[in-house]
Amino acid sequence: MAEASAEDLKQTPLYERHVTAGGRIVPFGGYALPVQYPSGIMAEHRWTREQAGLFDVSHMGPSFLTLTHPSGDATADHAAISAIIEPLICGDIAGLKPGQIRYSLLLNDKGGTLDDLMVARSPIAAGGLYVVVNAGTKEADFAHIEAAAGDRARLQRADSNYALLALQGPEAVNVMAALIPAAADLGFMTYGVYDWGHDKVFVSRSGYTGEDGFEFLVNAHEAVALWDELISDPRVKPIGLGARDSLRLEAGLPLYGHDLDETISPIEADLGFAVSKRRREAADFPGAERILAERDGKLSRKRVGLLVEGAPAREGAEILDASGAVIGVVTSGGFAPSLGKAIALGFVPPDQTATGTKLQVSVRGRAQPAEVVPTPFVPHRYFRKSI
Amino acid sequence: MTTKFTPDHEYIRVEGSTGIVGITPYAQEQLGDIVFVELPAVGKVLKKGEEAAVVESVKAASEIYAPVSGTVTEVNPALSAEPGRVNADPENTGWMFKLAIADASELDALLDADGYADLTL
Repeated sequence: MAEASAEDLKQTPLYERHVTAGGRIVPFGGYALPVQYPSGIMAEHRWTREQAGLFDVSHMGPSFLTLTHPSGDATADHAAISAIIEPLICGDIAGLKPGQIRYSLLLNDKGGTLDDLMVARSPIAAGGLYVVVNAGTKEADFAHIEAAAGDRARLQRADSNYALLALQGPEAVNVMAALIPAAADLGFMTYGVYDWGHDKVFVSRSGYTGEDGFEFLVNAHEAVALWDELISDPRVKPIGLGARDSLRLEAGLPLYGHDLDETISPIEADLGFAVSKRRREAADFPGAERILAERDGKLSRKRVGLLVEGAPAREGAEILDASGAVIGVVTSGGFAPSLGKAIALGFVPPDQTATGTKLQVSVRGRAQPAEVVPTPFVPHRYFRKSI
Repeated sequence: MTTKFTPDHEYIRVEGSTGIVGITPYAQEQLGDIVFVELPAVGKVLKKGEEAAVVESVKAASEIYAPVSGTVTEVNPALSAEPGRVNADPENTGWMFKLAIADASELDALLDADGYADLTL
């Protein structure tokens, strides 16, 4: 992504808090955000795995998609709004229960990925969806969804008048129990709307670290108060984008623009779970022909996790087979603070994806050993609950 | 004994005809937590400004350049197990490699402590 000049960068409602806390501000997705605070990426990463980390993710694209003319019948209205978004994605939205969130993929006609996103059924408004897309793709995503909706539904962006915060780590639930007790009972991938301060706050049990935790959508004018209250808890420290990236990499979670792009299908990206059963059987999503053929084994590449010996293999590093032939490329790579080793995500031919396969990565012209390992590299610790 | 600096934030501490090379406290602060250091082979002949070593932080790799021309005579063996010494003690136990200086006059073009301090204000 091209770096905008400093004056073009947008600031989140928490910008002053990041500066005051000594955050090192960098351009990211058009926003000025902290890559780290003075304690550093390693300490921030460990704090999140052991306590609770607080992230400003207001650069992302939260939005609400609502029917223009709801009937008032919750079942009918949910079916109607689902019928608007489902043709763009591979997830079953019609089957969501109120408050349930689904991870899905926005696809092009060739089955490539335009973005990965969260789609949730409103727990309060009939015919309402809460949709969160990535920062770098949000303008295109919103235009794509609006074009599909026409005059049947209205997309209300919530990326400038709201802030999005993430509280992640094993202590997050205990912090939540003191802040909004009812929200501490949410199960993984559900959300609710709660009174906090002078306003409503949307709280979901979700995140991008592999840890248990929550995300808050809060009105911009309440964002600083919520940040301050969370940070006043001794179990909570602010965490920058650097540790956000190392945490998601350890959790084996893809990053759009790196591990996912317009050429990569959900099956290639090892996200087959995001192609919902009902949609698969109906074959009614963009690129269904390719994606279903790939699911049946007609695949040229697949995303794997690699444990790398020696120096970290970064994005763009070639992956070699045992004989030294180039077979693929690293799409995300770095050092895993929890493991004390280098790890990477990359794409290789399907016959090289078995756990334990010995491969190599080329770092600065030298081949280093790498082994295919299951992802996540560090186990997820989500709080799952039946709904 | 004098210490000279490059605008790329390497230091070279000159002891007779040997130079001890590492990165400055400012540089380690900018790089953040260092997780891997790749050092040159002993015996390698380096030209001034040539890539000599690589330090990897969690996020990125950064090249370390030879401040002057010379032959690598020794590398810091502690850094393979404890790369974090470059953060904790860059000027002493976090040194990277020693050079047999080929041409001492190349040192004259480097920054002295005051000149380097002005650069990192």
